Parts: sequence; C-alpha cells; structure tokens
Amino acid sequence: MTQRGAPHVLTGTRIRERRLALSRRQADVARAAGISPAYLNLIEHNRRPVGADLVQRLAEVLQVPSEDLAEGREEARIAALRDAASRAPEIVSGSPPELDQAPEFLARFPGWAEALMATARRSEALERQLVNLSDRMRQDPYLLTTLHEILSAVTSVRSTASILADEGEIPDDWRHRFHANLDQDSLRLSTTAQALVAYLDSFEAESPIFTPQEEVEAWMAAGAPPVDEAGDLASDAARQLARTHLARLEEERERLPDADLSAASVDQADAVSIAARLGAPLDLVMRRLAALRPEGFARAGLLVCDGSGALTLRRPAPGFPLPRPGDACPLWPLYQALAAPQTAMAHLVVTPEGRRFTTLSYATRSQPSGISGPVLGRAQMLFQPAPASASAPALPEVPIGPSCRICPRADCAARREPSILLAR
Amino acid sequence: MVLDILMIEDEPNIAEAVRFILDRDGWRLALHADGRGAIEAIRDCRPRLLILDLMLPNRSGAEILADLRADSDPALAATPVLMLTARGDTVSAAAQSDAVLPKPFANDELRAMVRRMLA
Repeated sequence: MTQRGAPHVLTGTRIRERRLALSRRQADVARAAGISPAYLNLIEHNRRPVGADLVQRLAEVLQVPSEDLAEGREEARIAALRDAASRAPEIVSGSPPELDQAPEFLARFPGWAEALMATARRSEALERQLVNLSDRMRQDPYLLTTLHEILSAVTSVRSTASILADEGEIPDDWRHRFHANLDQDSLRLSTTAQALVAYLDSFEAESPIFTPQEEVEAWMAAGAPPVDEAGDLASDAARQLARTHLARLEEERERLPDADLSAASVDQADAVSIAARLGAPLDLVMRRLAALRPEGFARAGLLVCDGSGALTLRRPAPGFPLPRPGDACPLWPLYQALAAPQTAMAHLVVTPEGRRFTTLSYATRSQPSGISGPVLGRAQMLFQPAPASASAPALPEVPIGPSCRICPRADCAARREPSILLAR
Repeated sequence: MVLDILMIEDEPNIAEAVRFILDRDGWRLALHADGRGAIEAIRDCRPRLLILDLMLPNRSGAEILADLRADSDPALAATPVLMLTARGDTVSAAAQSDAVLPKPFANDELRAMVRRMLA
C-alpha cells in the first residue's frame, strides 16, 4: 500500500481556502501547477489524493509555505478514519469500532488505515453514483419513453408468438398477419434497443451524472435550500449558478415586491395586463410570476433562452415535457419570440399526449457593453396548464413535443433527427 | 347486441393479438385506439368490461378512468375496468380500476382475468 492518498482531507480544503483568499481562478491555479482544472476541483473537495510533490507545486503557485497546506495531516487522517468507521454497516454482533483508538491504529498500522479510508471514499463515491443513476432512471424522459417502447414491443411479441405456438389451427389470413406483426415488432425492438444502448454508452462512467444546470434544477425543485447545505449542488459551477440565481431573484423581488405582484394579479388573467397595471417591464413580471406563483399562476413554469436558443432557466410546470438540458422542441413559441423582440405572443400548445398549456412568450434585446457592443437577445416563455376548453381563450394552437428523439409527430416540418417512436 | 368488452389500446399489434384470443374464447369485443374520443366510445358501446391501456396518445388511461368514474350515469360509471400498465410507477394511477395487468402478460393470464371479471 502506498502513501499516495494520505493527507488529502484537510489539504484540499486548505488549498481551496488559500486560492479563494487570493481571488485566483481555479483554472489559473491548476494551469500554473501543471494539472487540469477538473483534477484541482476534485482535490479541493477532498475527492482526490494529493502527494507531497503536488502540494509543493501548489504551495508555490499560491505563495504559501507547503507546510501550511499539508499541516494537520494527522488530524485529518484521524478524522477520516472516524468518518470511515461511522459509515461502516451496523455491526449486529461483536464490538463496534474503537473510535477513541483511531490515533493509535493510524500510528501502528498506517497501511491498513489507508486501506480503510480508501474503501470508505470509494463506498461514498459509489453510493452517490447509485443515487444519481437511480434518479436519472426514474426521471429521464428519454429513458422512460424508450423503456415503454421496448415493453410494448415485447408485450406484442409475447402474445403473438404464444398464439402461433399454442392456439392450434389458425386461419391463414390471421397467421400471415401475425407473422408480419412479429417481423414488424422485432425490427422495432432492434431499432429501439440500439438507440437505448447508444444513449447509455454516452454516459461517461467517471463524468458527473448531472450537468450544473440539472443540479440547479434539482435544487430548485427541492425548494432552494441554503446553497452551502444543498446536497443537490455537487459542483462549483452549480453552486455558482445557484448563487447567481438567488441574487437575481432578490434583485427582482426588490424591483417588484411580492405584495404588489400578488395584489395586481388577483383579478388579472394574464401577465401583459398585470405588467400594464403595475407599469413594470413584461419580462420582469413574467419571471416574478413564475417565481412567486401567486393565485392564478400556481402551476406556472418558465423557460428562458439566450439569443442562441440555449435554455438558461427551466422551471417545469406539471405535465409539460421537458427533455434533458441541451434538447428542446423548435416549435416551442419561445423560439418564435426570439425573432420578434418586444412583442408578446400568446399560444395554446398541445403535447403529443394531448396536454394543453397556455403560453406567453416575450423576447428582449440589450447592449450591456454599450452602443459598440454586441446585441444580446433573450426570450422567455411563461406557461401553465390550460383551463377547461369551455373557458379557454381563443389562441393559435401549436402542436409541440419534448425533443425530436422522443417525439411521435411523424409529419413535423421542424424535425432534425429521427424519433425512436417512429421506428414501429 | 350487447358488447362484452371494449379495449382501448393504441398499440395495434397488441390489440390484434388480444382481439384474436378473446374472439376465440367467444367474447364480443370492440377496439378503440386513441385517448381522444375514448369516453364517447365507452358511452356508445356500454361494454360489460373495459380493458384500458394506461399510456395512450392525447389522453391517458388514468384520465379516461377518472372521467368514467365521474360520469353522471351510475351504471356506466361502475363499468368494471381492467387496466394494462407498462410502467412500474402506476399504482396510484390505476387505483380506481378493478384489476391491473402489467405488460408483458401471458395470454392465459389475460384470459383468466377476463373470465373472472365477466363471470
């Protein structure tokens, strides 16, 4: 057993604290120390060991004696040992770990101690990966749709094959039909299974399970607990996004207080009327309605995209099909709004399952760098389940989907890739 | 002629196989392939048993079932329903049904369930 992982626990934290004290970017420090930013990120979060040579290099970059970074290694290792013991499965019989003897154990058996700590770290990483994979299996619309496709094809094959095998005499026309159905379903199974395997292959085993945006969405769905205590925010990027999001919410709440918005929305059915009553910018009113969700907007969701069409905020509404980040339906009215800034557009969108949502889309343009700077576009779409048809306003109806890959609309003019649902 | 069974299922090959099996057992069966118009089809047919897929286009089986149970005609609202499911998280969605048959199912399993529900 080597000593490569020995001092990693507190050392990483100290490296991070020192870097932040110098206001240095992680990427800059990593480059100067000859390692990748991703590896430094893992070190700083005590997820990778850091040897003496690297501590020395980082100490030079951070202009601090290397002893300062490595200091406390024994205490850190003792803490890690105790942590490993606390994570051990409950011991039904026999003695529990002698926590008070961790220092002596470490001194007498450093190799065994290191093996125990490494095992605990590995166990923790695997537990986290398992939870993330489990979440993905339950929530990923692509996986759910694909598995449903496979199950439907298997059901058909099983029933049809069973008829051919067990039902005795079968009229020729039926027999031919069943053979054709089997051929069709086997082709569909093959195509869908290949698509599923390709999708699963795209998961990189060592890469983060969620993108920072997905982490932030999970954090928002959990009620946006304090950033530093939020288990959903695993990456620096996600925590930064979350802080930016909170700061913007606060700033917008000051511009348009909760009480004013709630009062203005009591008898107003749409955001345009509310904005007019308040004399407030429509885009601000839309974002505040999605954040506060006052009466009449309790089930509202919000999509925001930049000028390239990339979604920068996704607040779901019940039943609206949101695909994975990076995927979207080009027919969402959000994208039409980009082409006509400062124009509010109302639509009734219909999902492939027949769910109907009223949408209000609105785009703005700005030049934050002044007259000679670039013109930046941004569009947002406020949406919520449509009221019953009797009371629904007359709006242009737009058939939409989640994303091309899992959309069953065969005749869509905006399709950019084949759907697995059309392989049948 | 009284209809025994109305099956609402959008997968044509599954519907065809089920139709063959239940026809052979002597049941009078009609098919409807879409969530849209399903409740109207039930009102028109007034089947003794409804076989209802959970995942349907335009309107889910759970929504159709809720509409049926809320129908103003008490006899229609009480129509026995056998729900076909393909997903593991559908216990609550199928709560108002009388029986649930997970996909994929064995033909004999379906036959026995239909016999029991129409007895």
